[in-house]
Amino acid sequence: MGSVIERIKRGNFWTFHGGIHPPEQKFLTTDKPIRAVSIPEQLILPLQQHIGIAGELQVKVGDKVLKGQALTHSMHPMAVPIHAPTSGTISAVKNAVIAHPSGLSELCLFITPDGEDKWRERHICIDFNQLTNNELIDKIASAGISGMGGAGFPTQVKVSIREKIKFLIINAAECEPYISADDLLMREHSPSILDGINILDRILSPAYILIGIEENKPEAIKVLQQATAHNEHIQVCVVPTKYPTGGEKQLIQILTGQEVPSGVLPSSLGIVMHNIATCFAIADAVINDIPLIKRVVTVSGQALKKPQNVWSLLGTPVGFLLEQCGYANKNKKHIIMGGPMMGYSLPTDQVPVVKTTNCVLAPSEQEISSPYSTGTGEIECIRCGQCSDVCPSQLLPQELQWSAKAKDQPQLEKLNLFDCIECGACAYVCPSQIPLVHYYRVAKSEIRTQKQLDIKAEHAKVRFEARKERLARDKIAREEKHKAAAEARKVRMNSGTPQAKTEKSAVAEALARVKAKKAQQTKIGDSVTADHTVTPIDVEQKSQVSAAIARAKAKKLAAQQNIPTEKSVSVDTTDDIAIEPVNDKKAKIAAAVAKAKARKLTEKSNDTALATNKNTLDDNTVISKQVEKSVDDKKAKIAAAVAKAKARKLAEKSNDTALAANKNTLDDNTVISKVVAKPVNDKKAKIAATVTEAKASKLAEQQTKLEST
Amino acid sequence: MTDYLLLLVSTVLVNNFVLVKFLGLCPFMGVSSRTETAIGMSFATTFVMTIASLLSYIVNTYILAPLGLEYLTTMMFILVIAVVVQFTEMVVHKTSANLYRLLGIFLPLITTNCAVLGVALLNIYEQHNFLESIVYGFGAAVGFSLVLIMFSAMREKLANADIPKPFKGSAIAMITAGLMSLAFMGFTGLVKL
Amino acid sequence: MSVLVTTLLAILVLGCMALVFGAILGFASVKFHVEGDPLAEQVDAILPQTQCGQCGYPGCKPYAEAVANGEAINKCAPGGEDTIKKIADLMGVEPPPLDESHDTDNSPKVAFIIEEDCIGCTKCIQACPVDAILGTTKQMHTIIADECTGCDLCVEPCPVDCIVMIPIAKTPQNWQWDLNNIPLVQLD
Repeated sequence: MGSVIERIKRGNFWTFHGGIHPPEQKFLTTDKPIRAVSIPEQLILPLQQHIGIAGELQVKVGDKVLKGQALTHSMHPMAVPIHAPTSGTISAVKNAVIAHPSGLSELCLFITPDGEDKWRERHICIDFNQLTNNELIDKIASAGISGMGGAGFPTQVKVSIREKIKFLIINAAECEPYISADDLLMREHSPSILDGINILDRILSPAYILIGIEENKPEAIKVLQQATAHNEHIQVCVVPTKYPTGGEKQLIQILTGQEVPSGVLPSSLGIVMHNIATCFAIADAVINDIPLIKRVVTVSGQALKKPQNVWSLLGTPVGFLLEQCGYANKNKKHIIMGGPMMGYSLPTDQVPVVKTTNCVLAPSEQEISSPYSTGTGEIECIRCGQCSDVCPSQLLPQELQWSAKAKDQPQLEKLNLFDCIECGACAYVCPSQIPLVHYYRVAKSEIRTQKQLDIKAEHAKVRFEARKERLARDKIAREEKHKAAAEARKVRMNSGTPQAKTEKSAVAEALARVKAKKAQQTKIGDSVTADHTVTPIDVEQKSQVSAAIARAKAKKLAAQQNIPTEKSVSVDTTDDIAIEPVNDKKAKIAAAVAKAKARKLTEKSNDTALATNKNTLDDNTVISKQVEKSVDDKKAKIAAAVAKAKARKLAEKSNDTALAANKNTLDDNTVISKVVAKPVNDKKAKIAATVTEAKASKLAEQQTKLEST
Repeated sequence: MTDYLLLLVSTVLVNNFVLVKFLGLCPFMGVSSRTETAIGMSFATTFVMTIASLLSYIVNTYILAPLGLEYLTTMMFILVIAVVVQFTEMVVHKTSANLYRLLGIFLPLITTNCAVLGVALLNIYEQHNFLESIVYGFGAAVGFSLVLIMFSAMREKLANADIPKPFKGSAIAMITAGLMSLAFMGFTGLVKL
Repeated sequence: MSVLVTTLLAILVLGCMALVFGAILGFASVKFHVEGDPLAEQVDAILPQTQCGQCGYPGCKPYAEAVANGEAINKCAPGGEDTIKKIADLMGVEPPPLDESHDTDNSPKVAFIIEEDCIGCTKCIQACPVDAILGTTKQMHTIIADECTGCDLCVEPCPVDCIVMIPIAKTPQNWQWDLNNIPLVQLD
């Protein structure tokens, strides 16, 4: 330990494997100060701008908000609240394209600024040393601070570390080309940054504080050294310029010589890292009660007339910033959020600036060629091995690439795919211009998805087995019950008591009834096809009759080879059938069964199905009308619903000639609905109306669809 | 002692059964697509070869030769090998069902592995004594395993590589085996036996 | 005469050896007897467990057992090409293409009951192989989305046709780096 500190004090740092030296291009923006831009016309605030979950929405459309007012509330340590960057009105809460490489949309708050920029009440804290650690952490949490280096991890979690901290490392490396946001922030606001570091010192009580900064920022180094001259506790460590020095594991290895093992958090080694801009935000939050509502963004690229660092309000559309910096390209072709190594292209310039946006690039075609215009230019791997020479995580990008292309997931896990930090160094040096990082990202997401599917499959299997057991158990229980009942009945019937005798005769009578019914049914089934006028008969028989009719008709028409005719069918059959309250469950069920059977039969037939459909539809409307007149609305609802379903199913299966058929049925239904419109019960009307509506809309849909083709 | 060492070196490298004598090519091509199966197969074959070589020698010396039934060697050896393979199969099935499944049909196919029968017959041809037979059998198996595992490692890499379509699969495997064989020719003259 | 003797001797020797070896093997087969059929279990571990029955078997385990007994391996529709390839690797055979009799659209879906139309008949509850539908007779039924495997078995039994299959939406969380299909926004 002692030698580590001595080495650090001497400035004799370690280094990490690999790394590259791309052209820095920071000269475009480092010669100008940070500029404040005017308030845009609209602010788009995604509810989630960090790693974790979104907070609970506290405002709604139309609410007036003040600058710095909390818009969401954190109910979980991984939920970070967002605040209004300026005063104004909430104009919308809807999905909008967010700052994510997928270009997908998530829920965002839209604020229309009122131009007054009016603050909410703020409580300045003069001496933060008076506050307890928990109070400080609370302030940080409620100020909505998450890591501003690019990852966006909730800061309140990173300052609530239980372990003893040896090194608090402040990441001021900013290794990526073009980006100079942290550089300028250090030059202009070092007192606040120091305040922030002191607050972190107070909360975490580390043994040493190291500020890691690359040597390509001489002014910032000078400023920091002056600011920390009197403070023995803080050490400014100047490290050589190399990409990706700013990676967490890489900076830790450079400054302390320790390698963070795979799958382990640095906090378990007693090391915590915070970005320097986060320190600035912490100071603002604790001392000035200013939540995270703005940040420094480097707007750079040779397609801009005035590339510069700007103070951007969160939620500012990227296009607005580009305009402010003189974006010459009116076609808005190629915009990158982030740096050239780890950034991603944006599908639209209305993507808002979020807490992790440290750079917006608008490169000219010569600078960074747009992927839309040239394609990838990828050719085969020549196995040169340059990629593994530069990998900072000491992986084998070539092997990873072969396995990723072959989708060999076990091999990818053996090669430690998930230790890749996606820095892009390998893709930068590849002479075949293979987009290596893209393959790794695809592979990582595939492996993650597969793992989730495996868990789901296991879960489904467990449920399936449980269900099988449950059914088996139920079956056994049922059998036992029946057996017991049968035994009891046998005992009763054979006991010779008068009750036993009546039971026996009751059973015999029931059997006789069933026999008689069967005989009668077949007799009626034969006679009814010839005679449409059906006299009022027993309820049960009537339902079975209608079922039989439907069955017979369907069968007959299905067997014929008729060309479907377009005749307007009036619902005449209704008058013939006597209206009797069908309040028997069996009738209903039979009707439904009939419909289902008819439907199944029609599904099996061909062109003649149309005629069949039409006729059976009539039958069904008949039946449904019958049923709708029942006393019980629930049954009506059910039957109506079934009829509707049938109508829909039939409509789905017809073709051109069906149009006419449908139209006629439509008329039928309107007739019916009109008839039914004078109901005894309100509910019935509503049901019938909905039924008709649904039928009508579905059929109309079909109509228009078929007409338009 | 040196004799046995030289015998071992000879059978493993100089006169490697697969790449120089071209015996046992079936499992060599069939099981080498994954290193896992290759290692399992090499263990099984080693066991079979050594035991079979030993048993064959015993059967030949104490049963067939005294009775003048040398002409039955081929049949007897096949019988011996089949029994040993069956036994191995049962043991593998019991101890590692996974390996049993991975090897699949190739485990009983060790019976028809010409390298195993080759070892048994060559022992007689070379007139080895008891200890020499064992060393010969074991050496042959070690040579087989060495080449099998090396080849499987190469095939795993080849599986993911950018092979032109006409060469994919068995074609490139054969070419690689041929190149390996050429390489092993470099051992000629290392040991004269 | 001696030819006969030698022949008989040869046969005798062979027979004895065979008997001896047979005895050894018989003894070994009893000692090393293995229960169960691990292959079926391994195939079952690869299948997606939707228990949909599209393969023709009443669940994934029966199909796995059939595959272990030589059934074609290209019948699992929800598993798709990936599952076929994995089973092929396991069995050591060439992966055949997916059976054409299946629906080509196998994007992950979840069932949804349109509650206005539900009549509480419990037919769908009886059909669901993983008990992902909550409800009882005459009471509203609803699908527990987290448990639904998208197997489609509940759609047919419903007499009022109130169940629809909704494809699972793409969110930034489950996006799979499909850069070629980024939705472009038309700006004014």
